[in-house]
Amino acid sequence: MGEFNRIINPDKINKNNKIRFTFNGKSYVGRKGDTLAAGLLANNVFLVGRSFKYHRPRGIIAAGAEEPGALVQLEQGSHTQPNIRATQIELYDNLIASSVNVWPSVDTDVSAINGLFSRIFTAGFYNKTFMWPRSFWMKLYEPVIRRAAGWGKAPQSTDPDIYDHIHDYPDILVVGGGPAGLSAALVAARAGARVVLVDEGAELGGGLRQLDRIIDQKPSMEWVESVKAELSANPNVKLLSRTVLFGYYDQNYLVAVEHKTDHLPLQERAGKVRQRTWHFRAKRVVLATGAHERPIVFSNNDKPGVMLAGSVLAYLERYQVRCGSEAVYFTNNDSAYESALRLHESGATVKAIIDTRTEVKGELPAKAEAAGIEVIKGSAISKALGRKTVKAIEVRKFSQDKSRLEGAVRRIPCNLVAMSGGWSPVVHLFSQSGGKLTYNSEKACYLPIKIVQNQYVAGSCNGDFLTSECIESGVTAGREASTALGLSVSDQQNMPIVEEVEDQNIEACWMVPGENEDPQQYAKHFVDFQNDTTATDIHLAVKEGFESSEHIKRYTLTGFGTDQGKTSNINALGILSQVLKKPISELPTTTFRPPYTPVSYGALAGRHIGKWSDTIRVTSIHDWHVKNGALFENVGQWHRPWYYPRNGETMQQSLNRECLAVRQGVGVLDASTLGKIEIKGPDAAEFLNLVYTNAWSKLGVGRVRYGLMCREDGMVFDDGTTARLADDHFLMTTTTGNAALVLDWLEEYLQTEWPHLKVFCTSVTEQWSTISIAGPKSRRLLQKLAPHLNLAADDFPFMSFKTTHIDGLECRIFRISFTGELSYEINVPWHAGQKMWDLVMEAGEEFGIAPYGTETMHILRAEKGFIIVGQETDGTMTPQDLGMDWIVSKKKDDFIGKRSFTRADTGADNRKQLVGLLTDNPKEVLPEGAQLVFDRYAPKPMPMVGHVTSSYYSATLERSIALAVVRGGLDKMGERLFAPLEHTTIGATITSPVFYDPEGDRLDGEI
Amino acid sequence: MLHISCPWCGPRAETEFRYGGEAHIARPQKPDELDDQQWADFLFMRTNTKGAFAERWYHSHGCRQWFNVIRNTVSHQILAVYKTDEKRPDFPIKGGV
Ligand SMILES: [Zn+2]
Repeated sequence: MGEFNRIINPDKINKNNKIRFTFNGKSYVGRKGDTLAAGLLANNVFLVGRSFKYHRPRGIIAAGAEEPGALVQLEQGSHTQPNIRATQIELYDNLIASSVNVWPSVDTDVSAINGLFSRIFTAGFYNKTFMWPRSFWMKLYEPVIRRAAGWGKAPQSTDPDIYDHIHDYPDILVVGGGPAGLSAALVAARAGARVVLVDEGAELGGGLRQLDRIIDQKPSMEWVESVKAELSANPNVKLLSRTVLFGYYDQNYLVAVEHKTDHLPLQERAGKVRQRTWHFRAKRVVLATGAHERPIVFSNNDKPGVMLAGSVLAYLERYQVRCGSEAVYFTNNDSAYESALRLHESGATVKAIIDTRTEVKGELPAKAEAAGIEVIKGSAISKALGRKTVKAIEVRKFSQDKSRLEGAVRRIPCNLVAMSGGWSPVVHLFSQSGGKLTYNSEKACYLPIKIVQNQYVAGSCNGDFLTSECIESGVTAGREASTALGLSVSDQQNMPIVEEVEDQNIEACWMVPGENEDPQQYAKHFVDFQNDTTATDIHLAVKEGFESSEHIKRYTLTGFGTDQGKTSNINALGILSQVLKKPISELPTTTFRPPYTPVSYGALAGRHIGKWSDTIRVTSIHDWHVKNGALFENVGQWHRPWYYPRNGETMQQSLNRECLAVRQGVGVLDASTLGKIEIKGPDAAEFLNLVYTNAWSKLGVGRVRYGLMCREDGMVFDDGTTARLADDHFLMTTTTGNAALVLDWLEEYLQTEWPHLKVFCTSVTEQWSTISIAGPKSRRLLQKLAPHLNLAADDFPFMSFKTTHIDGLECRIFRISFTGELSYEINVPWHAGQKMWDLVMEAGEEFGIAPYGTETMHILRAEKGFIIVGQETDGTMTPQDLGMDWIVSKKKDDFIGKRSFTRADTGADNRKQLVGLLTDNPKEVLPEGAQLVFDRYAPKPMPMVGHVTSSYYSATLERSIALAVVRGGLDKMGERLFAPLEHTTIGATITSPVFYDPEGDRLDGEI
Repeated sequence: MLHISCPWCGPRAETEFRYGGEAHIARPQKPDELDDQQWADFLFMRTNTKGAFAERWYHSHGCRQWFNVIRNTVSHQILAVYKTDEKRPDFPIKGGV
């Protein structure tokens, strides 16, 4: 049928700007600049989807962000996006869209039968259903509801688009490009401020795009163009159109999404940034976000063909689309008359304007009557008729007190109902910023009353609905914001003169009443079009005991759709006030939360995806590990070699080989990731005495000591070895994952508790590569590398270090051990790590050297009962719990955590304590994390006495070993316990956690 | 997201900082001399101020310095920033805004 509703006016429509698009498989013609909604309306497509709960037909109600019903699935495959408002999609060539929430099709939707059961699906349906037996929910409701209620579909493949983030620090950020925002931006720009203006539309102008005003003797859009030209020419001004400001946070931090390519045909988007997220920190903000028109709540007001009057005007003026040929208007204020007059002038028939007001006096109503349009006063639409779209309405008179309808029913056939319940300022961002609202009964809306940030509110958002008021309040906001920043505003700026008609007479009408007080009459009075909340639901919620608007909102789901109730929240409050018989001004408004409109995950993630989602840290030897087939594990941000499988080995075979190489010959580990902190200053030793549980003053230069750190509550926080490089100079090592935390911890105490201590801390983790060689043959290996060095056990004993050169490289060699074997940690400057590793591998060949990874390291240390912080500890383990009382000084007056060891709870004897476990079956490896019980036959829930913290197969011991924490475990050596698992129960015996070489005979290796 | 003026680096985004809880809770000089109740008070008990609240912040992704901030816990407005060795500025706002 072609563009049935398009007015082909050659002045406004270019013949050559046709665009082809597809909706629900049918091809249509639209025009450049159309939204999808405009294109559909032009082609007489009124039915675009189905509602969430009852699957009632849904059409297009509005022309912008407030649209509750016309959600579509946009595009296909990897480009597909669910639930996008047709009113915000700009048409482009070959656009493809389809309805959501329909099955099998929008015309014959089987779930519409839900509508027949509307009495079951009333307020709180979901809450009540959840309270029914769980099995009912799982087997019956959930599968049915899922199929019937599924909204759009998420894409199944990777998002092909590019997204960006950018930060900006404007002097003045203006939100909204209507008359108020443009006026504010102009004043601020002329005053010399750095201005950013964001507007969600493709075109600036806001309401002026459809309101035919005269500003300074020019048509209003010419005025808009002249302002835009001046702002564009100013290098201090940035104009961002197609940009939705969606979040207003603390201290003028605001976030917006700029849609850069969403209006382009798909083939023109490749390689371009699709959406850019703007992070603003503005010195001053001007909110000029406009107003949304409210629907009126009457029976069947959700039928396709029932629209907002201002939106009907917008489609007519912006897109030359007549939303109907036979229209009925329904209003409680004058603004709808402007729409009616213009639709009438466009050639459509306006059959009547039904006005809830008994007295109608304005200039616009007079004009309408003069144009021959019938105005039916003191009346209301009691019902809309028609199956899929509206075909007629019924009109009745209000009773004297307006509490009910009475008298004869008059039926008027029509194919468009244009309604206006008044205008609600778009206070979403204002409310997000912490501002407070108050109800204004004269204007029948909520208005900003208390601003809490460096912010100004202008235009309709402030209740200044007339164009002249918008410009005036915009100029004032721009002036005040500029002055507040110390800029001088010229007094010479003339306020533009606007020619318009006063149209502010409104009489609140939240809902059309019925004949009597039975709330069941309102079962088709839709309040929230997206969630199918009706006036009956609100009555029911109150009857069931809910009074607070926040509770009602949740119970009835009002405002919980993707539109966040832009058209429904205020009507819901109005109806609630009537039900509760309380003035609306006494009800608190609901809270508006970001985002203002839905934001894509891609825009939020920006470039932080895939390998850019987090920092990756690698050592200087990383490339060698990759080349030699290492598999990696993440430790914090570090990628560490996990194990090095050789041809065809299973993981366990690799681990067995690596473990035996260390125990019998020599192995090598890249330990560069260990945290390293230099601690320097005359008070360094005293400082270590305070942060470690053991004593440090007597540690000699050249010696190394193991230390344990606790928090003030006595719980183990980190461990590691620290070497004394000089009297006033120590090198501390930390666990890989805790390096930054430990440095922060040291700084915190130095700066906030002990500023009198003369100590500096510096991270040197990335200054030193650490190559650890371990095994009985490691001395012979090191001697080969450093023939000049005396490695005799008495000259280079355990827990000492030497400084030397190997092959010209400066080295610090620490004789410490995390494996129980003779071991040296060779530290060289980071850049020389690879060279030293190569030297070690080459020299080690004759000893059968094997590189080993973190998993072998874990097994070897577990064989020795050495803890790993974060594995054996979880923030609730004291040194005593770990059987490490030996490292807690009894002599020191004070250290962090000391006082807590004698707290009743910390000193209790039934705490979980570290023990070893040997399974009955030596081949069986306990799962880490398995819960432990003493009585395997105890009734469920069984009393759990601890859990497995580490568990491995030990090739050295030819059996499994495990570490565990068990209540009172240190006194239960030799007792049996059990790990009840899903299909089996594993029995084990409590032992010492030191499984291998308890005497420490192997520390000196081969001589 | 707060905008915090580090006394050394100037105004920066909150993401550069780490929060350090209530300020002016000095670690006792001689913990051993405290009874369990006193020690527990130091360890665990904090005020839950509605209004002007003195708290510690650490510029962990900047100069690595600790400092104090007075923040209105209702509006998140930052009323003062001062160094750890400076006196807490007086703010009359207590118990609300
Ligand atoms: Zn700083």
